[in-house]
Formats: sequence, C-alpha cells, structure tokens
Amino acid sequence: MTQNKTNIQSYITIQNNEIVLNGTSVFKIEPTDFADFSKQAYRNFEMQYPKFFKMDALSKLAFLGSELLLSPITSEEKEHNIALVLANKSSSLDTDVKYQESISDKENYFPSPAVFVYTLPNICLGEISIRHQLKSENSFFIFDTFNTEFMSNYSNILLNTNKADMVLCGWVEYFNDNYKAFLCTISKEENTKYTNETINTLYNK
Amino acid sequence: MLKEIYITETNCITPLGFDVESNVEAILRGDSGIQLHNDISLMPNSFYASIIQEEKINSAFAKISTETKYSRLEKMMILALEPIIKNSGVELNAKTAFILSTTKGNVTALANDSDESFNNAHLDVLAKNVADFFGFQTQPIVVSNACVSGILAVSIAKRMIQSELYDNIFVVAGDEISEFVLSGFNAFQAMSELPCKPYSKNRTGVSLGEATAAVLVSAEAKNAKIKVIGDSSINDANHISGPSRTGEGLFRSIQNALKEAQIEANKLDYISAHGTATPYNDEMEAIALNRLGLQNVPVNSLKGFYGHTLGASGLLETVIAIESANQNMLFESKGFDEIGVSETVNVIEKNQQKNIEYFLKTASGFGGCNTAVVFEKIK
Repeated sequence: MTQNKTNIQSYITIQNNEIVLNGTSVFKIEPTDFADFSKQAYRNFEMQYPKFFKMDALSKLAFLGSELLLSPITSEEKEHNIALVLANKSSSLDTDVKYQESISDKENYFPSPAVFVYTLPNICLGEISIRHQLKSENSFFIFDTFNTEFMSNYSNILLNTNKADMVLCGWVEYFNDNYKAFLCTISKEENTKYTNETINTLYNK
Repeated sequence: MLKEIYITETNCITPLGFDVESNVEAILRGDSGIQLHNDISLMPNSFYASIIQEEKINSAFAKISTETKYSRLEKMMILALEPIIKNSGVELNAKTAFILSTTKGNVTALANDSDESFNNAHLDVLAKNVADFFGFQTQPIVVSNACVSGILAVSIAKRMIQSELYDNIFVVAGDEISEFVLSGFNAFQAMSELPCKPYSKNRTGVSLGEATAAVLVSAEAKNAKIKVIGDSSINDANHISGPSRTGEGLFRSIQNALKEAQIEANKLDYISAHGTATPYNDEMEAIALNRLGLQNVPVNSLKGFYGHTLGASGLLETVIAIESANQNMLFESKGFDEIGVSETVNVIEKNQQKNIEYFLKTASGFGGCNTAVVFEKIK
C-alpha cells in the first residue's frame, strides 16, 4: 500500500469540566456533574441542536467534541467524506446499567426503547453522522486503554486507500460521571503545526 | 498493488450444529433453530428464538478444556475458534492479530450485582479472556458496531493485512440471547409473534438468535476458501434507530465495495442479505438493491434458520454463503412466502444449483450503519 504522509489537523480534549481545543482552553467551569457541564458547554457555544438533549451521556460527550472540530469545516451545501473512528473502554455500559435497572425488578419493569437504543457504543457515531450529514465509513472499537497505535494505523489505512478524505479519530470514554474525550482530525493535507506530535503525545498532554 | 486477501478457515457454533458441515446439512434439510420458548427468566411471555442448548455447549467445551471460569458466550467463542486455530497451523506471534466482534458481549453479567460480574461485562475483558485461552501475543481488537459488527470485522481484517500490519487475523463474532436484548427488541415492538419471515408480506419483525462464528483472514492463498475483493461501510446519516427510506448508506456501501472489487453489479451471482424481517429493514434493502440494478440477483436472508444473531449475524451468514458458493448451491430464504416489499427482489424460494463466482454480503444496523463485502470464488 502506498503510504502517504498524513497530518493531524486539529484536536480537542474534554475532561475535568474543561474543553481544550488545539491546546487552548476554550471552556472551563467550576466542578460539576457531566449533565450540567455538557448543558453549559452546549449553551456556551450556542450549538442549537435540540436533539442533543435526547442523547445519552456518551453521545453528548462525542457530540460536543466533534461539534467544535467539524462545524468550522463542514457545511450543508457540500458532502464531506469524513470517516469516524472512535474507541473507548466502557462501551455503552453507563446506559446499559441504567437499562438493566429498568428490567431487573419485575414489580417495576419499564424497558424503554429510547434508553435501549443507546445501549450500543456506535450510536454516538450515528449522532455525529446525522448532525454533519456524513455518509462515510464509521466504526467503534473497544480497548482496555486508548490504543493510539491501532487507531492511528487504521485512520491512515482509510486515508491511504481513499476510503475517506479525512478521519475524525479518538477516544470517548464515559462511565458513571467519569469522562474523557480526545478527538482529532487527520488528513493528507499539509499541516506543520503538529509535525512533532502524534495522537499519543497529544492525548497525554 | 494491494495484497490479495483470503478467508482460509471457517467455523460456526449454532443451534443447527457445532461445525460448518452440520449447519449446511441442516439448512439443506430445511431445519430451523427457531423454536417456541417459555422461560420467564428471559421473557414474561412465550417467545420464538433460536437458542443453543446449555448442555450441548458444556459437553463440547468439556472436550477441549476443564476450566470452569468461562462465561457461556466465552465458551461459544472458544469453541468456534479452537478447531480453526489448530487446523491453520498459524503461529500466534506478533504478526497474528485477533479481532472480536460483538454487539452486547457478556451483557448478562449485569444482571448479577457484583463488582467481579460487572467487570466481566466489559468487552475488552471478554476479548482478553478468549485471547488468553489461545495465547494470542497481540492486543485483542474489539469491534462493536451494532448488527454490522461481524461482517465489518472481516473488512477491518482485510484492510489491516493489506496495510501489512499483520499476516493473519483470526476473527470471532458472537452474541447470545439475553433478557436484556429480548426486552429491548420487545420494547421497540420489533419482535415477531411467529418465526420471522424475511421479505414476506406478513412479516412483523425479528426472531432473535444466538451463535458464534470464526474465520481466518489471511494473505496466504494456500487452502483459501474464498477471496475478499471489496468492502465498504457507510452510515445513512439519517436516523439512529431506523434505516434510511432510500437505503442510501447500504446503496453507497455496495457501490463502493463493487468499485473496489472492480466488477460490475451484473457479475454478482448471489446476495446474502441482512433481511431481519422488520417491515422497514427489508423494504430499505429492496430499495437499495433496486437502485443498483440488483433486483434479479438471487437473494436470501438466513434469519429464518438462525434468527437475528446481532453482531454474530454478518460473520455467520458469510461462513454459510462461502459454502453456498463452493457447493454452487443457493439456499432457500426460510420463512419466505409472498413478496412483501414494494420493489422487486429475487428471493430464493427453494434450494437450487447455481454456479456462483461472485457474491455479496450485506448487513445494516442501529446507528445507521451498513456494511457490504464482495467475495470471489477461488479459481
């Protein structure tokens, strides 16, 4: 396979009540829970996407990160072949546990389709795809810890085989109010800003 | 020039048999794994599903290991992998990867309220347990992309070998019947009152099933069963719990896969489709196939034999489709009676001989995901 050089274009980290975009803190509030943090972040950036409030926490986390990376570069007029390659440790377990609670007690049995649909980690890929109209490659992986080597290799494969023009790659972990998102955009386009960085070094910053 | 990629070993563990041969024999006889069950630990009411008998799993597993620590699903996955790892003679070194694909993994562990049990519900823990049984040296890769997981794993394996990261990749896919999944599909009103009837007029929804399947994806042509020549996995970008009305994601996935395979749509001899038997899914597939001019290509859904085995379905149905191609035999689309989709599709009504050179496998799932892979028979 022809290995063309690929470059990280932008990156974002969301953790500890703060959003850092390309190394700069763009939103930070006093310690609070994720439900409150995500709502405040949504309002702060005037996102105007009411579906956001129907999402589970994992999708909200992935949505917030992708929104700040993709909104500046996507538009409704044009199609964008931006692949989505995300991973985490806890899959959709945060919602799985909530759903399990709704069926465990036979006296209080109320399985809800609106909750059940979020018991899949790739739903957050669907949410991002709908928001930015990305009819593109998408896959969700699970690892014990962020396997940056695999994620970087797989993103490069999609770019080098022309299955995607750009890849939104990253880690979106959410369980029981503990969260961390790291997302970056990668493409063949020249960008000297992060020449000495890798997904691994940026993730650990 | 990209490397050519093959599937050289296959296996499956289903209610119809614990190897490929017995599964094909059962299909030719017209047997189905779907039965009526009365089990209040799974559902308050009786329900149709394709379930493997516990004793069968345990007695088969006892023949290969005396370990008692494995979950039911882990045993099913190990049973699928064991003979193909042994037969292949492939060394489990740094150039051999392991991909595990599943929708819900050990979700049954959540019903038990302990920390240890909760830990087992993690998909990376499931993958490690299975990988360590065999002694894989590389970190397991878990793909969890709803109901396309099993076939998407084949496409990911192909891509990783083509990029020369690995020489061989063992892929296992599996999901089991659980109260969790049954109640969820039931809450969606997506369950059929009778055994499912893909593409039929009177279809009302899915019958759920459980299975594991395993394959070896390799750049080694020796003993190859089939060649993997094109693949694509495109999201509908339309709805998280329903398919696109125009079949856009599936349409594009098939189009891209054919383009990579460098064959025209009219070269396809057979399509192993998803066919869950929900009204919307089957209609969407019929629309996508028509948009590609594939309405006359013989098509089946194997859900009538196995139920919808979620993340396992794409790989299980690929394993069976490979047999179809190598035996030049189209298998009936069980449960089909009268066409019930708005566009023409050529549903296979009876087992019949047909020369199969090229076939297509498709799957679609929640989150708007779709996958298409094109296969070519070994000359």
